[in-house]
Order: sequence, then C-alpha cells, then structure tokens
Amino acid sequence: MSNIKSAFYNKKAFIPFVTCGDPDLSITEKIVYEMADNGADLIELGIPFSDPVAEGVTIQKASKRALDNGTTTDKIFEMVMRIRKYTNIPLVFMTYANIVFSYGSEKFISAASDLNVDGLILPDVPYEESDEFSGICNKYNMDLISLIAPTSKERIAKIAKQAKGFVYCVSSLGVTGVRQKITTDLKSIITEIKANTNIPAAIGFGISTPEQAKNMAEIADGLIVGSAIVKLCEEYKENAPQYIGRYVKEMKKAII
Amino acid sequence: MKYGHFGEHGGMYIPETLMNAVIDLENAYNKLKSDKEFNDELNDLLNNYANRPSPLYFAKNMTEKLGGAKIYLKREDLNHTGSHKINNVLGQALLAKKMGKTRLIAETGAGQHGVATATAAALMGMECKIFMGAEDTARQALNVYRMKLLGAEVESVKSGTGTLKDAVSETMREWSCRIDDTHYVLGSVMGPHPFPMIVRDFQSVISKEIKEQIVKAENRLPNAVIACVGGGSNAIGAFYNFINDKNVELIGCEGAGKGIDTPDTAATIATGRLGIFHGMKSYFCQNEYGQIAPVYSISAGLDYPGIGPEHAYLYDTGRAEYVPVTDDEAVDAFYFLSQVEGIIPAIESAHAVAYGIKKAKSLDKNDIIVINLSGRGDKDCAAIARYKGEEIYE
Repeated sequence: MSNIKSAFYNKKAFIPFVTCGDPDLSITEKIVYEMADNGADLIELGIPFSDPVAEGVTIQKASKRALDNGTTTDKIFEMVMRIRKYTNIPLVFMTYANIVFSYGSEKFISAASDLNVDGLILPDVPYEESDEFSGICNKYNMDLISLIAPTSKERIAKIAKQAKGFVYCVSSLGVTGVRQKITTDLKSIITEIKANTNIPAAIGFGISTPEQAKNMAEIADGLIVGSAIVKLCEEYKENAPQYIGRYVKEMKKAII
Repeated sequence: MKYGHFGEHGGMYIPETLMNAVIDLENAYNKLKSDKEFNDELNDLLNNYANRPSPLYFAKNMTEKLGGAKIYLKREDLNHTGSHKINNVLGQALLAKKMGKTRLIAETGAGQHGVATATAAALMGMECKIFMGAEDTARQALNVYRMKLLGAEVESVKSGTGTLKDAVSETMREWSCRIDDTHYVLGSVMGPHPFPMIVRDFQSVISKEIKEQIVKAENRLPNAVIACVGGGSNAIGAFYNFINDKNVELIGCEGAGKGIDTPDTAATIATGRLGIFHGMKSYFCQNEYGQIAPVYSISAGLDYPGIGPEHAYLYDTGRAEYVPVTDDEAVDAFYFLSQVEGIIPAIESAHAVAYGIKKAKSLDKNDIIVINLSGRGDKDCAAIARYKGEEIYE
C-alpha cells in the first residue's frame, strides 16, 4: 500500500497544513511532531512562495514571514530529513510551480522522493499543464495531486480519471482562508469524482471548526485544514506547536 | 508548437477554479473575432470614441537635431484616455459584454490601464473595480482620482511589494472569488492563454496602421520599430504586423531602473531567467530558489518582474531584440521630447524614446525608425519633478 493510501485506510483522513519556516524551521519541525502525535493522518508541508496567487491573506502573510527569515527549499529538505528520523507519517509538499521548476523539476522531485515525501500539490498547475510534472513524479514514485474546484463541472471526469494519491476537492470559490459557511454542493462533486476514480477524495479550503470537519467527513474521505492552523502560528509563534497539537486532536476527534 | 504556447513559453498555469473561465473566454473570443457585427461595433468604438487611427508623426525637429535616421512617432498618446491601453480594453469590454458579464476587474501599474478599463466600464454601463499597488497609488495619485471619477472602485494592494505584480495577483484572487458576472480585463500580453493572444490581437491595430502610414509617407518599410516593454502590450502591438518583414528590426526597451548591475531593475530579458508565474511560462526576475524578485523602475508601467510569453519567444528566436534603458536615460528623453517636439511622453514611452535617440544617431539619413509613443506624460509630471528634486502639488 502506498503511504498516501494508508492515510485513508479504514478511516477518515485528517490532513493539516503548515507553512514551513513560520515562525522558523525548528518550530515547524516541532509542529509536525505535534501533528503526527495527535492524530494527523497526512501532513501538507507548504514551501513558501513570494507571490502565492491561490492563498488568502493568512497564508500570504505566513509565506512572507517564512521567506523574510531566510527559509529556502534546501533548508526545508534538511528539516524533512530530520523529521524522517522521527516519523514515517505520509507527507506531501504544497507549493507553486515556479519553486519546483526553478529548482530544476527533476532535481526537486527526486530530492523529495529520497526524503520519502509522498506527493506534490501545485495549485497553479491545472490538468492542461500537468504533464511536465507528472511524468517526473511517476518516475520517482511521487503522486502529483490533482485539484477539483466548484467550477470544474465537465472537467471533473477527466481530472479524476488521471488523478494519483488523492483528489484535492476545493470547497469554495476564491482563495484559501477560513469561511463561516461552505455552500458548494460538494456531495454531487464527490459523487462524480467517485464515479471516475477509486482513489480517496479530500476536501480543503475554508474548514476550521470541528463541526465543519464532521460535516465534511460525512461527504469525503478526508479533509484538509490550512489557514486555521497557520493562524495559530501567527498568534502563538514559538509556542504554537502545543496549541496546534491540541487543535489537531480536537479536529481528529470530530471525524472519528 | 504546443497549444496556447509560443515556443516553450506561455501556457495556462492557473488554479483549477479559473480554468473554465479562461476556456469560456477563449471560446467566446474565437466565435466573435470573425463576427462582422462584433468587429463593426469595435471599429466604430475605436474610430469614433478612441480617436483611431492615431497619427504617425514625422518628428522633424528631433530628426534634424540628431542628424541620423528619420524619426517617426506613432502617436498612441493621442488616443482617448491617453495611451494604447484603450485598444485592448474596448475589445475586451465588448467581448465581456457579449458574454453576458456585467462587471470588469483589472490590475493597473501606472494607472493607464485602470483608467482605460474604468472608462470602458462607464461607457458600457458596467461595474468596475481596479487593483493598484499601494506604492503606485502614491506615485500616480492623479490616475487614482481619474478612475474614481469614472465610477470605478480602486483597491490599494498592500501585499508583497505593493506594485504591479501584486496588483495582478490580487486581481486573479478576486476573479477566483467571483467569476459568474465578472471579466478580468488583463492589461498586457501576459497571464494565462488566451490573454496573450487576445491582447495582442486587439493591440495589433498599432502595427497595422504604422505599416499603412509609413508606406504612404515613405513608400517603404522602416528600418526599425522601437517600443517600451513591461508586460509588452504596446510593443507586441507595434511589432506584430512586421514580424514577417525580416528587414525591419524590432526593439523592445525594458525598464533598467538604476542599472542592470544593481538590484533596482526591472529588465527581465537582461536579468531574468525562465520560470512560471502569473499563469505563464516566460522569463522572470527571480532568485535562485524561484522567489519572484522585488523589481524597480521609475516607471510604474514597466515595474514588472516578467515579460509576455510571445516576447520571450521573439527573443529566443532572435526576431526581436530587447535592450535595458535606465531611469536617468528615460528622464533625459522625457525632457528632450518635451522640449524639442513639444510632446510630453509617458515615462514608460520615454524609455523607447531614449533608445530611439541612440538608434537614430547610429543610422544614416536615408534610414527610418518608428518609435511607438505608447502614452502621454501628464500623469508623470509630478513624479519627474520629484525625481529632479522639485516638490510640486498636483
């Protein structure tokens, strides 16, 4: 079983996100351990980009804080090397096309694969442009995660058919960030995804409360929480790991 | 060439949320671009509202003073709203209207594209919101007022470096929140396919007219066509109908800021490398890890870390040449053209004038160059005065 598959095996997967390097990489490392120890099934490691067009204000600011303190792709790889001595939890990188492309796509993906990173999420690489990354990902046994949005409509089938790892189902229009309410008809989108693929589908964007988590877990195989966690980093800085640990525990409990 | 690409450049690197929006746009455009009614309506707007065709003016004083090639100025500064931006905006606004959209959003750097978009929205009775970097709202206060006067909402973008690139990012974010009734009027030949194609097509009227006008005046084609390049819409407009005329040199002038050997530059071809950003693969100013560089130019309109994909392709193939022009050179040209021809150019266009001066001097009296005067410089007077150490109030 692939590592990503095991994250969804016989359970609803809770997938927390963290921006690497916010407030610094040693804290990010502690946050990952807290997440792993408190029930996270898969962790999304955000590699900060200077101009993240799919992110709302919370993650934009976190990316800026991380870059301002000198976080780089190489330093993040070194951190993952340390993390891998401690835990085998499934990990995926979330970043933007230029971070991978500029590093050298093959160099980046092979390095990530050597660190047993299981997947890659590139929100600015749609189906039409995915070949140049998915080919290399296949070669190194990494899953390039496909995203499906409320606007995807007739595109759902073709995206789902070639999807690997899990399908990232975007809950709402717009960018990442906490939302009071999610109004998209996610049930019918998930149904259509399921009609076209056997891999799990997780919902992300806008989820922050245990109640939302519970509702989403009824529809999907897993859920992704980003901005709500990044806000804890912003608020508690070097003390964030324990707060995030508690939050992950609470969210996981809501979907068991 | 791969679909939607120019060589290895171009493509559509945008979030899935926006994919159907750009696909719908392309389908609508492909249907309408050969539609007689659409073209009649657009041409009527261009001619009777925007003041096309713009003159190709023989700059006699300048030519005599420099003693080299004959210099012609393509007077896009005389268009309604004061720049070439209106050509593209009228096309896209009409297209959006035919698609049933009721709201236009756009980024702007110098404010020229924002003003043009606000103008088209007022004309066509559409709602309008313009995103402008906080840095630029300060540099171009007059244009902010013009946009508001025209009924647009102006949002000052404080994220990132508070300049054009951040305004583009923020407009993309806004579009992904609200797609149904909203069209993103992208202002340059950049972003995801089909924007570089659509904007080029709407701007190519510039080179179509230059060609007719120069043949009429001189019975021959020019030796060179020179234009400034940020994203590159006025340049591609001025180049496009000459691409197959291999004897016509095509020269794009980038904003070099304080010089290409300093970090304060926006000269993408001179200092950037291949990357993926804002929906396209092209050349970008970036650091070794692919973080987009905080670029600088005195000109808000050239203060962008990338260049349109078709320009990147014209550069790769050697069909066009791209040269850096510094702030100082542009400001000198701003003064020169004002005093010698009585024409105050936009500081963006002054970059093309600066290189045009050099180029004309290097050529013979029988040679001809065309400089695309993409906009007028009234908006820049206060900023140039400040640059020269004089504080004036707008």
